[in-house]
Amino acid sequence: MNEPKPQDGHGEHKDYAGAKMGMWLFLFTEILLFGGLFLLYSAYLHRYPAAFHEAGKTENLLLGSANTVILIASSFTVALSITALRLGRTRGCLVFLGLTVALALGFLVNKFFEWSAKFAAGLYPGSAHMKSLPAGENVFTGLYFAMTGLHGLHVLVGSVLLSVVAALVARGRVNAGDFVLLENAGLYWHLVDLIWIFLFPLFYLIA
Amino acid sequence: MDHATPGDRGFLAPDGGKNTLFSWIFSTDHKRIGLLYLSCILTMFAAGVVLGLTLRLKLITPGNHLLAPQTYNAIFTLHGVIMIFMVVIPSIPASFGNIFLPLQIGARDVSFPRLNLFSWWLYVAGATLALISIFTGNGPPDTGWTFYVPFAAKTTTNVSLAVVAVFVLGFSSILTGLNFITTIHRLRAPGLTWTRLPLFTWSLYATAWIQVLVTPVLGITAMLIFAERVLNLGLFDPGRGGDPLLYQHLFWIYSHPAVYIMILPAMGVISDIVPVFARKTIFGYKMIAFSSIAIAAAGSLVWAHHMFTSGMSDLAIWVFSLLTFIVAIPSAIKVFNWVATLHRGAIALEPPLLFALGFIFMFSVGGLTGLVQGAAGTDIHIHDTYFIVAHFHYVIFGGTGLGMFAAMHYWFPKIFGRMYGKSKAFLSFWIILAGMNLLYFPMFVLGLQGMPRRYYDYLPRYATGQFISTVGSWILAAGMALMFANLLASIRNGRPAGANPWGGATLEWSVASPPPKDNFESEPTVARGPYDFHGVVPSE
Repeated sequence: MNEPKPQDGHGEHKDYAGAKMGMWLFLFTEILLFGGLFLLYSAYLHRYPAAFHEAGKTENLLLGSANTVILIASSFTVALSITALRLGRTRGCLVFLGLTVALALGFLVNKFFEWSAKFAAGLYPGSAHMKSLPAGENVFTGLYFAMTGLHGLHVLVGSVLLSVVAALVARGRVNAGDFVLLENAGLYWHLVDLIWIFLFPLFYLIA
Repeated sequence: MDHATPGDRGFLAPDGGKNTLFSWIFSTDHKRIGLLYLSCILTMFAAGVVLGLTLRLKLITPGNHLLAPQTYNAIFTLHGVIMIFMVVIPSIPASFGNIFLPLQIGARDVSFPRLNLFSWWLYVAGATLALISIFTGNGPPDTGWTFYVPFAAKTTTNVSLAVVAVFVLGFSSILTGLNFITTIHRLRAPGLTWTRLPLFTWSLYATAWIQVLVTPVLGITAMLIFAERVLNLGLFDPGRGGDPLLYQHLFWIYSHPAVYIMILPAMGVISDIVPVFARKTIFGYKMIAFSSIAIAAAGSLVWAHHMFTSGMSDLAIWVFSLLTFIVAIPSAIKVFNWVATLHRGAIALEPPLLFALGFIFMFSVGGLTGLVQGAAGTDIHIHDTYFIVAHFHYVIFGGTGLGMFAAMHYWFPKIFGRMYGKSKAFLSFWIILAGMNLLYFPMFVLGLQGMPRRYYDYLPRYATGQFISTVGSWILAAGMALMFANLLASIRNGRPAGANPWGGATLEWSVASPPPKDNFESEPTVARGPYDFHGVVPSE
């Protein structure tokens, strides 16, 4: 593998493969963090298949599908930003990073409308309406808020991370010779995307 | 880097002439971070010991005295939370692992030194949050360290903050694990192949994988408790379709492998100590290294043996019981290999070896009694009795605790460049061993007689065992006080120790004591195994 040479003057050995390995390990932990929730989901789906079908009908399939498209597109743009930087096109990289963050914010705006609609209908954690739901539907709704909430938090963290990296790219601190930070941020973003690809059918397509 | 002489105090030497607090708490030097961890862990250990002594004092006679029942519940909860999450889980990896992993593999530091410092700060933040949870809100948590729902979701005490603290501590543990795995893969010195890796490093490697792979499950479990309490999601509320048993599964998916996070590094310490003091290469190097990985793998699949009485299918009980027995195999391999290493060795009975032998004895008792619970039939009889309490204190205190004490006596001269008083070390060992057995052995008997754990009061027929146990706790405390006093005094007053007082062959003994700031003058090249003692002479 052709690894870039370290750029900084500290004489510090910068280990690219090590940095990426650390990131992959971190991604494992993220998958396992969500894994606990997926485990709960599967156990409850096994117990309440009919209720999950019923409760799934209340999800807004249009917004959910739009968000899926948005996130997949954003994974594409973040990949493009890395390629652009490797080719030395800093401006192109910044444009693609900007697009990625814009798409992430679009995702969150959609989520905001989705959740607002649910709240307006009296459906929020701990509400009287939610407590009055049949057992399986209550669990489905609880899982919906827990899983999409935690995922939404990751979207937020991811867009902050990408913005910080964009600032470093603009200042030349992350550049064609030293871009492991951008690559790692991109990996994180792909993971956020990947988790949504599993959440989408579990909540929106189950009905 | 100048040629390091033992006189210049190596990494302990003040930075730029001044030894300020800042030069320690913002240092990215793995050795300083390791010492920071060690001092924090020992401080929390002291707090946990005081709580434990208080519990024992309350239980010396039956009846309602000394502590109110609610206080008693809070104290056993805090004793568990502090000892598990703040002492035993970070214990050896975060302290001695941090100091000696880079030294043992011939590296200058870990792969991510700043992340390493960050994880120490997270540890401090988590510990602080836990302390705040004691003094704020509606009283300290009273759920036991397991935070079982539905009680943990309903109790009015300060559980929410405590689980946030657990989450933060878990994150710290994950970052340490991630750092160690990357370091071992990427920073080994030339010639240090996987089969030349010291067994302590091997055990840290296996431990780090468990930390990375199961701690996130603890994270989500703690978050879910928080969500149940604050957001009222009802995911574990049986009245709303939730299932508390699923909480228990999630909790033990982390917390059972966590006992291997606790014990594996101690086993690694013992595997490093035994050959040095037997002057003989370790018996079955590959099997010990392999068994660490095997314990890590198999140990991740046995969690539901904590739930034999909670309600599971007979098939599930059978499978989890079988898997539990399988974990016993690699553990036994280690014990046999240590004993075989001693066989016909030129044994030098120095304090580290004595503590290591104490480990082997206590761990064997704890491990074999563990099988009594791994067998579902007998477990139903002793579930949630003092038998369990005795078993895990034998494994965790007698095992990990003595392993940690062994590590302290083994590496003390390396860290501080001085030797402790050996006769006091010997004396403290025997007092500790006597106290420990007096404290915990009666609990096996009490448990078999039916004394339930965590109870505030008990029937008069348990009084004798309870009394002996409490007396044992005083002897144990006295032994530990003597041991720590001896070590602490020797930091300043001990006679200077050479670079390699025990004649160890691993790389940390090839540098000065204390190790220089940059560890090695030039990157070492390794051409021999870690326990090849040809030509290695102790230098006092």
